[in-house]
Amino acid sequence: MIRLRLEGLTRRFGGLVAVDSVTLDVAAEGVTAVIGPNGAGKTTLFNMISGFVPPSAGRVLFEGEDITGRPPERIAARGLIRTFQLVQLFQNLSALENVAVGRHLHTRGGLWAALARPGWARREEAEVDRRARDLLAFVGLGDRAETSAAVLPYGQQRLLEIARALAAEPKLLMLDEPAAGLNAAETRALSEIIRRIAERGTTVLLIEHDMPLVMTTADTVVVLDFGRKIAEGAPAAVRADPAVIEAYLGGAEAAHA
Amino acid sequence: MTNLRITTSPDRVRALLRLLPGAIGIALVAYALLAGGYLISVVSFGLIYAIFVTGLNLFMGYTGQVSFGQNAFAAISGYASAILTATYGWEPLLATATGLAGALAVALVVGYPTLRLKGHYLAMATLAIGLIAYEVAVQWQSVTQGYMGISGVPPLGIAGFEITSERGNLLFLAAIAALGVTAAALIRHSRVGRAMAAIAGSEDAARALGIDVARYKLLAFLIAAVYAALAGSLFVHVVGFVSPEVFGLHMVNLAFTMLYVGGIGTVMGPLVGAVVIMLLPETFRAFKDYQDLAYGAALILLLIYAPRGLASLADLLRRRAGEGRRA
Repeated sequence: MIRLRLEGLTRRFGGLVAVDSVTLDVAAEGVTAVIGPNGAGKTTLFNMISGFVPPSAGRVLFEGEDITGRPPERIAARGLIRTFQLVQLFQNLSALENVAVGRHLHTRGGLWAALARPGWARREEAEVDRRARDLLAFVGLGDRAETSAAVLPYGQQRLLEIARALAAEPKLLMLDEPAAGLNAAETRALSEIIRRIAERGTTVLLIEHDMPLVMTTADTVVVLDFGRKIAEGAPAAVRADPAVIEAYLGGAEAAHA
Repeated sequence: MTNLRITTSPDRVRALLRLLPGAIGIALVAYALLAGGYLISVVSFGLIYAIFVTGLNLFMGYTGQVSFGQNAFAAISGYASAILTATYGWEPLLATATGLAGALAVALVVGYPTLRLKGHYLAMATLAIGLIAYEVAVQWQSVTQGYMGISGVPPLGIAGFEITSERGNLLFLAAIAALGVTAAALIRHSRVGRAMAAIAGSEDAARALGIDVARYKLLAFLIAAVYAALAGSLFVHVVGFVSPEVFGLHMVNLAFTMLYVGGIGTVMGPLVGAVVIMLLPETFRAFKDYQDLAYGAALILLLIYAPRGLASLADLLRRRAGEGRRA
């Protein structure tokens, strides 16, 4: 089954073609990683899929439905949840409250429920609290629930952002460089968490620079270079692909000649 | 045993510190009731402002937006109260309700396009709304009587039972302010309040989690407008008079001072700030010519030593104790 399909997705910024007619199928099962040198267009691709940047051309199909150019909150409501390259936590809230915000799409309490606190709203809040604590435990932050998000160490902020995204029960979870700024041990723990998320039936699409993480975590690797897709396949096959080696080590070959 | 006591006592201290603003507030109202005279008026105005600032805090503190124009909604409802009762002889309660509805309608019409703006642009647009309301109050003389203002506005009451004593007013205002603060606290700790706080934290992240940012900004703006309108009508009925100056820029200035001194984004901050800022100049009466100087110096000291406001002093003490570490 195909969770996400990109058809000729293109984004131009003035004369620069950041993403150049990328066509891609993301299977519902497993982890797909998008890799590529800096400036290859990975984040622009993510921003187009999640609705933050409108494409210049092409289509985004989510479970067969055209979601091209919809606003981010509508795409999120469809089950596509993303994280950010620079962690975007709600610094003014505790870790627990951050994850609770992630339950927004699956709860319905409005102003009246806030003021009158009818039975269903109290049960809903209790359920939000329970689920948020479960998710904090899932990413290993069970003991930081009451800590302000702003004072968490960087690695834990990354994990908190993932827990918050999971609270929205995504069908497709998009992680933008989740290992950036993590040490080796944290990266291994992250890899483990990503695998477990995929095993629970959530499609994971990630952008990553960290090759060990990609090689141990991804089932499929897509390589972008100068906005174009230059390779796609299993991690081992992609690593051996001459075009990929050229893209990453092009300077070295030029030096040989 | 001693170990246990050492680890639990800061929690208990913190809990007590959190209750402190409320306790002081109740004590103050009680003291004003007993002392009577001028103090009753000062505390009454403080409570009216507390309602106004609580609404402003919902929009600015919880949701992270800026508005310099909330006085417009106080003016709309305040003038509606004055005109409908003094000129047309309506019941004060009905006039207030009409004023609230009118302010809400204007907030909806104004907020819908304005809230697409961000930061400084939103601040300028809201400032303009406040100035327009002021100009209308000055220029529309046939209805508002211009700078002269409208006097003889009856006090609040239902079917003949009017609140005529100053003490009655004080108790009534204390009850309304308590309700207003409680409602704000309930909103803050709900799904709606979390969505607002998320917008204050990061609009992009909020949208990525499915929060309709425009909708919640508008909701916060409307709630703030209702608080402002309520404060405006209460003021007019308590004082019995309205003029453009009542809801002028001075009101904005005062409300901002209260919000920051009390603690922006905290539940009790607006109440604490409003009462303290009302009482502070009175406290320095003994300084005579230097009263304003002492008031200014006190404000600066407050903002230096309690930068997040008086209501967050509990947090400050906790930080001093070395518990919270900034990353």
